[in-house]
Amino acid sequence: MIWDNHFAISVIPLLLQGLWVTIEITLLGTLIAAVLGLVFAVLRRLAIPVLSHLVAFLVVFVRGTPLLVQAYCAFFVLPAYGISFDAFTTGAVVIGINYSAYMAEVYRSGIQGVPAGQWEAATALSLPGVRTWGRIILPQALRTVVPMLGNYLIQMFKDSAVLSAITVVELMAAAQAIGSASFRYLEPLTLAAGLFLAISYPASRLINRLERRYAPQH
Amino acid sequence: MYAVIEYAPLLLQGLWTTILVTIFSGALCLVVAFAAGLARLSTHRYLRWPAGVFIEVFRGTSLLVQMFWFFFALPFFGIQLFPLTAAVLALGLNEGAYAAEVVRGAIASRAKGQTEACIALGMEPALRLRRVIIPQSIPAMLPPFGNVMVDLLKNTSLVSLVTVADLTFRAQMIRSTTGQTTAIFLTILVIYFILSYLLTLLTSWLERRFALDRKALVAQRKENRLIKVGVDA
Repeated sequence: MIWDNHFAISVIPLLLQGLWVTIEITLLGTLIAAVLGLVFAVLRRLAIPVLSHLVAFLVVFVRGTPLLVQAYCAFFVLPAYGISFDAFTTGAVVIGINYSAYMAEVYRSGIQGVPAGQWEAATALSLPGVRTWGRIILPQALRTVVPMLGNYLIQMFKDSAVLSAITVVELMAAAQAIGSASFRYLEPLTLAAGLFLAISYPASRLINRLERRYAPQH
Repeated sequence: MYAVIEYAPLLLQGLWTTILVTIFSGALCLVVAFAAGLARLSTHRYLRWPAGVFIEVFRGTSLLVQMFWFFFALPFFGIQLFPLTAAVLALGLNEGAYAAEVVRGAIASRAKGQTEACIALGMEPALRLRRVIIPQSIPAMLPPFGNVMVDLLKNTSLVSLVTVADLTFRAQMIRSTTGQTTAIFLTILVIYFILSYLLTLLTSWLERRFALDRKALVAQRKENRLIKVGVDA
């Protein structure tokens, strides 16, 4: 018998613990990415001479390099300069920064989608910049952005498995640990894949429906 | 910094492996993309459903889980893959599933009139696809394909976790022997960045080369040249 049912059931609690860490990392990472991405997008749009170029380059650079190498950098390089966090925090921050670069682009397209007339109207009413952004532009821009952010949330959920390489004990690392302890990899790895699928598939169906609902009405 | 120079040959070997893995899995990705994408559009249930299940499973689970599954779980079925084979297989199938959706989307969004015209001309379905529908869909596929390829390139770093000696693997090796963490990791970050930048350049060149409306592009280029001349004068 290749598949051992008894063993498979016995490892489920450990895997669920790992899954919970994966979910925590995803939520924390999404929070960081959503906030940071918005900051990046607004900074680029404001066209502050050096800062905006710097942000634009940072976004392109983060998007052009692998998450795994970024995680290694944060995990191995930063402690050499006296900055060290536990693996969980490092992982959440790294994946958050990584996705903020993608989310910045999403926000940017949302901000660009706001008709020029809205900006002109805000200027005509001589609204201060903060209110123009906070009350006019962003509420309209974010409406179309929400479902796309959802897609990145699901992507991040799957990508967080990479963080097992810097010793974050999430679902993937849990499956691997069970595998190397018992020399049976088939059950934990298959179950881990099943758990990933069981969450990401319904979630992406849900996002698809949201996408259709929040699609800009032209 | 001297560690980078001293161990440059090792890094170059790693770079070469990274490029090879990218090329092999990129090729597999394209084959899978067209096979699964076209099967997804088939009128036969027996083709459409398996393709759908394949795409959802490979998109719905983590690439790393798939790679480990190929490497650690397949041996239980008596199939022992080389690390490189497992890595290329996982990368190609995973990114192929994403690219299959690109193929499906691009073909499904073609103007209906083209298919109808083909039918009116009495073209067989296979000929229709090969000579009209696919060539017309390629410009729409190229930009998202470019994104998939950049993703694939970045994800090749994961092969280091199944002991393929790519750039990331070599960097880890050099790091643990020399302890010069910062120099090594910054170097490979820059190398990956340059590689993905080159891939973007390649994609935009292909986009120009395969643009449906090349006349308009040529006209635009001429105009740009005129503007430049105007600036010089």
